[in-house]
Amino acid sequence: MAQAVGTAHLETSTGLDNRKLLMWLFLGSECLFFGSLIAAYLLYRDRSVAGPYPSDLFDIPFTSVSAFVLLMSSVSMVLALAAIQRGNVRGMQIWLFTTATLGLLFLSGQAFEFTEFNHEGLSLSTNLFGTTFFVLTGFHGAHVTIGVLILLSLFTVSLQGRIQQKDSLNVELAGLYWHFVDIVWIVIFTLVYLIQP
Amino acid sequence: MATEWPQTRRTGLADALRGAREMADQHYGIWSWIAPVDHKRIGVMYGVTAFIFFLAGGIEALLLRTQLIVPNAGVLNHDQYNRILTMHGTTMVFLVIMPLSAAFFNLMTPLMIGARDVAFPRLNAFSYWVFLAGGIFLNASFFTKDIFSGELGAPDCGWTCYSTLSSKAFSPGHGVDFWALGVQILGIASLASGFNFIVTILNMRAPGMTLFRMPLFVWMTLVTSFLIIFAMPVIAVALFELIFDRLFNANFFNPDKGGNPLLWQHMFWLFGHPEVYILILPAMGIVSEILPTFSRKPLFGYPFVVFSGIAIGFMSWGVWVHHMYTTGLGTVANSAFGISTILIGVPTGVKVLNWMATMWGGSLSLKAPMMFAVGFVAMFTIGGLSGVTHSVVPSDYQQQDTYYVVAHFHYVLFGGAIFALFAGFYYWLPKFTGKLLDDRLGQIHFWLMLIGFNLTFFPMHISGLLGMPRRISTYSEGQGWDIWNMLSTIGAFTIATSILIFMINVIYSLRRGEAAGYDPWDGRTLEWTIPSPPPHYNFEKIPVVHARDPFWHEKYTEDEQGRPIPVVAGAANGHPDEAHEEHGGGHGIHMPSPSYFPLIAALGFPIMATGLIYDYALVAVGAAVLFVGIYGWALEPATEGEEA
Repeated sequence: MAQAVGTAHLETSTGLDNRKLLMWLFLGSECLFFGSLIAAYLLYRDRSVAGPYPSDLFDIPFTSVSAFVLLMSSVSMVLALAAIQRGNVRGMQIWLFTTATLGLLFLSGQAFEFTEFNHEGLSLSTNLFGTTFFVLTGFHGAHVTIGVLILLSLFTVSLQGRIQQKDSLNVELAGLYWHFVDIVWIVIFTLVYLIQP
Repeated sequence: MATEWPQTRRTGLADALRGAREMADQHYGIWSWIAPVDHKRIGVMYGVTAFIFFLAGGIEALLLRTQLIVPNAGVLNHDQYNRILTMHGTTMVFLVIMPLSAAFFNLMTPLMIGARDVAFPRLNAFSYWVFLAGGIFLNASFFTKDIFSGELGAPDCGWTCYSTLSSKAFSPGHGVDFWALGVQILGIASLASGFNFIVTILNMRAPGMTLFRMPLFVWMTLVTSFLIIFAMPVIAVALFELIFDRLFNANFFNPDKGGNPLLWQHMFWLFGHPEVYILILPAMGIVSEILPTFSRKPLFGYPFVVFSGIAIGFMSWGVWVHHMYTTGLGTVANSAFGISTILIGVPTGVKVLNWMATMWGGSLSLKAPMMFAVGFVAMFTIGGLSGVTHSVVPSDYQQQDTYYVVAHFHYVLFGGAIFALFAGFYYWLPKFTGKLLDDRLGQIHFWLMLIGFNLTFFPMHISGLLGMPRRISTYSEGQGWDIWNMLSTIGAFTIATSILIFMINVIYSLRRGEAAGYDPWDGRTLEWTIPSPPPHYNFEKIPVVHARDPFWHEKYTEDEQGRPIPVVAGAANGHPDEAHEEHGGGHGIHMPSPSYFPLIAALGFPIMATGLIYDYALVAVGAAVLFVGIYGWALEPATEGEEA
């Protein structure tokens, strides 16, 4: 079996697992994706010719709480990985579920925020702020959604007893993705919400 | 995001199709084409598909040239001309040169590094299917209007699709929507193959195949793949912005709401200039393999060529404004990017000099692959030199948007990339068909193409300097452009004839071509140590590599003057792997199982894209198809019968 390609147990030239290397490259590529979105946001900051403007809408305490929720989900993700690496399937299940729940909580916060902004007259086509804000945070939200789906899939599969200590790489890869999405939110939260000219 | 589960579990559908999968395992039957995972098969599929698109793009070019043969010709109206022009450019870049390069990545990379397949065979199949889906989707735009009454629905914004030409106000049909979503889909295919080949090259090398023993083509594949994974997300965002503007009334490029159309140009060219090197670096890699083989000398200055390629990769990110000198960014920006553009000519020049030094003093064998490779060096150099003239800002002000620019990029992309890709066909096709292409027809093909190419594109330098703008559907007489346009059109049909000869050559050689054997060119690298066509597992025993050009060193040693002498009598034709039919013939080597899930997943994208344009319900259908594909993929075992 050592000769088979594309499996997790292959010896590689660099010693890095193929799938892990793939995930790191994917995240590198994602940096450019979010970098471009953030650049567009920053370029158009203060260029809206009509309101509502960010200062009219942002509720910093509320968004701080949801940012905190997302940050905490990274902690539970770490704990899930640590659990399965010790062979503690039960612990992993608990922490995976916690992470997914926190992710969902963040998403509902975002959904609430989007609806609120909409009520106050901001849509995708209102002004440049609406365009760049919804597209940037929307794409981030889509990434969190995919992350939640991955976590829930892992959780479901683990209920069938199909994730054991030797399969911890699956959890590790999901974790890498989850942490990345988290870090992106820290950048967005800082640049979009906290630092306002 | 599909994580791969090691356990064995199948869906009911998969069970039912198990027999078909086993058939595919035996490498026959239709299923081996629908559910391919073998890199060679996928490579052939890439090559054939891209060649068909090459013919489509070529026919589009002939239509354009026919319209321009004389002033005020009536072959195409303005609208048709714009749409066909857009499709010609988009097709040649995204559906021809990129996938033809991908075909060679697929065919050659595993063989050259001594691997049995790529790192992710199913992801590889996914790349191909997404590419095919994107290509068909893009071309389907032709039919969104009444094509039979001469109304073409294709995009009309040019392959750069500048804003605001691309806005709803100036391009009201669905053409630009198809363009943006089609290129987006094609980007997914490129990204997936970019990831795959980086992992393959870094992780799947045979023992002893250190990075600096890798063939140059593999190096260039690596650099290109890095450029792909970093450049594609940039165009993805630009395309999303365009899509949001057109479909959901966002304001990214809407000047009424303060949006800046120039943002599109920045993002397009921030992607677009690395893209130029995504197109040309694989070609440089191919030529760097062929020149040493047919000069019977190692590549001159191997590390310089490698590092030049890497340097080009890095510098390609810092030159994009030379596409935008006339947009008024100011003298500081223009000067800085002018300097960086002149500088990127240095590593390119280093490569050209190394290729010439490789040929210098070699015992040249001017077979068809070598002719095309030498043609590449010459034509690419001309294109490179006219490129340097663009880097000079005042000179570029004069050339901007004229046929001089058209001449330049055809010299690098046709005279460069396409010549090198044909060199690659003549060189490597025999490895996979088992039959040599006819050299006489190859020579005729080469000379006709060289003459036709120069006849088409050299006059464009002159018509451009005489002030003829690009992207015009006709012109009036008396401006001194007539003769040059006539020559260009005659040249275009000469090229078409040469392509016809190539096709005849391929068909002829498949039927009665001379058998290629293991090593028809006295090659230097690992792919020539195995049979033609290679068995599906490539190497009976994974080779152990002791030097750069490993196969050459097995065959030859050097005398005091540095001339190659065969290791032992007859060894030059002896093949270390030749004994291998006597062994088990590859039994017991586990290869990845065929899978149709990548195809299902890939189908999701065009369905979603169609839904975005016509009916949002279809988006949900497409997303469901994508999910079925991804979950099936994630849950099926990668290798038949794998347990652990």
